[in-house]
Amino acid sequence: MTTTAPTLDLPTRVSVSDALSQTMTLAWRATMKMRRNFEQLFDVTIQPLLFTAMFAYIFGGAISGDVSSYLPIIIPGLIGQTVLTACVATGVQLREDMDKGVFDRFKVLPIARIAPLAGPMVADLIRYLIASVLTFATGFAMGYRPGGGILGVTGAVALAVIAGWSLAWIFTWFGIIGRSAQGVQGISLMVMFPLTFLSNAFVPTDTMPNWLQTFADLNPVSHVISAIRELANNGHLGAETGWALLGCAALVAIFAPLSLRTFNAKM
Amino acid sequence: MKPPRSHRETGGPHARSMTPPTNVPATDAPAVSARALVKQFGDQRAVDGVDLEIRRGEVFGVLGPNGAGKTTVLKMLATMLPIDGGTAEVFGHDVRREPHLVRQLIGVTGQDASVDENLTATENLWLFARLLGMGRNDARARSMTLLEQFDLTEAASKPISAFSGGMRRRLDLAVSLLTRPPLIFLDEPTTGLDPRTRGQMWDTIRELVVDGCTVLLTTQYLDEADQLADRIAVIDHGRKVAQGTADELKSSVGRSTLQVQLNDPDDLAITAEIAQRMVGEAALSPEARRVNIPLRSTDQSIEVLVALRDRGVSIDSVTVQKPSLDEVFLALTGHDTHPSGADASDEAADPTDLMETTR
Repeated sequence: MTTTAPTLDLPTRVSVSDALSQTMTLAWRATMKMRRNFEQLFDVTIQPLLFTAMFAYIFGGAISGDVSSYLPIIIPGLIGQTVLTACVATGVQLREDMDKGVFDRFKVLPIARIAPLAGPMVADLIRYLIASVLTFATGFAMGYRPGGGILGVTGAVALAVIAGWSLAWIFTWFGIIGRSAQGVQGISLMVMFPLTFLSNAFVPTDTMPNWLQTFADLNPVSHVISAIRELANNGHLGAETGWALLGCAALVAIFAPLSLRTFNAKM
Repeated sequence: MKPPRSHRETGGPHARSMTPPTNVPATDAPAVSARALVKQFGDQRAVDGVDLEIRRGEVFGVLGPNGAGKTTVLKMLATMLPIDGGTAEVFGHDVRREPHLVRQLIGVTGQDASVDENLTATENLWLFARLLGMGRNDARARSMTLLEQFDLTEAASKPISAFSGGMRRRLDLAVSLLTRPPLIFLDEPTTGLDPRTRGQMWDTIRELVVDGCTVLLTTQYLDEADQLADRIAVIDHGRKVAQGTADELKSSVGRSTLQVQLNDPDDLAITAEIAQRMVGEAALSPEARRVNIPLRSTDQSIEVLVALRDRGVSIDSVTVQKPSLDEVFLALTGHDTHPSGADASDEAADPTDLMETTR
């Protein structure tokens, strides 16, 4: 059958402004979910408090002689670690979401195909923000006085949020291709731990064997942490920040198209 | 994106009645026109060349056992699953080439309530109204109207997890009707509901049609198709095996069976002869001294019994049985209503298979 000229004036595609407003509506939905399931925020609330105290008191003496001189090293390191953990949750929750009936309805709505993916990613910026602010606050309570001042710390937090968003694309991809939330969690932790521990987050990389040091120095997480240290401790916006942003951009360039392609195939 | 709403909808004496659909295309194309639809899952053909033509303003029922491919057909027409073969048009718009346009003309309510568990009823309606491009005031007003219309006002601010199955289904349908789409897809709208809630859902579906919507519904229940659908297509193993009105389908499989238990096995032959003459056929169970006689109508049983008395046949017992759902399926598909081999993945896992209890 051939189509006769439709007399109805319906749009054949989603406009950019509609897509943005749909993304923000779905971000609102994600924040409501966070509010209703407070335990989903444990990884960015309890964990920073617990880990900061734990790591500082356990490793402080051994690595830096005393706790207070370790704090400028460990606080940025822990921000990196906490934000990475929060990224893992981004992927796992996306998988859980996609397995629910409500996602079927998203598929059949005349909305931008990308909005159900972009919405939660926007909302998760709040999680990265909570994680980095709380870690700084805990450090401050333990006696950490960042030399970079308010401006430096603000810059460091901003970088942490940007890094969180960029790193989240890795785990978002896992979330899309994974078969179950547990599976996504499993593979994500397998990637998260090396990214965290094979970096300069807790110890200087020059104590590592050569091959490991090479990996740790190339690890984008290391650059993010170094940049956070420079910004928070010295208020210095330098080469490390550039490398960190470059690393983030590279991750996005690889994992965003991968994610979008697989996601569109499933929508 | 949407035209402004009139004030009439926000309440008043007509709050219970639905409002006519918007966006009704003025072309004369049928609501749905599908040719040789195919869906392949791995090496299994879940849908194998189904043709459907759904007229505007009718309720079209797709009837079939679990796993027959009903949901898969619906999902392809509703742009939720890619079409592997054939063509489908909704109001003249190609489903494959213009999915965004088609999505603006349809509402879908699935087997599993597709609402957000983390939100309240009001928040769900608000979420989807905003996603559908309604302004804040429109979204609020329309949500209120629908909550009232679907008897959900009291539960409006409760979390969905506290909802009964019927309430979830009603909310789900309310969400599908936010923009008053001219075509509504209902995938097994009453599976798993108790009889009272089921009746309410039927009433709601009838109101939709009165107001000018076209409805495509899938169901496993013959009585549901009978109650609601103007025309029915029977699907089995991914193929359409019959189509017609409920009456046409029923008469094609015979309405009732008269079962006569005889006192004397010698009367078997004469009983069979009478049955042959009056209804054209009879099934004998000589060892049980029993004869099964298919009837065109239940009234015919009297004529057969009178004829038996006139010939002096002595009867031990008599029963008249209506055809069960299984028999209808059996007659049309050659097997019973248990899940067939061609399971569409989305139907096979349905835990609310009530067929067991309706038999």
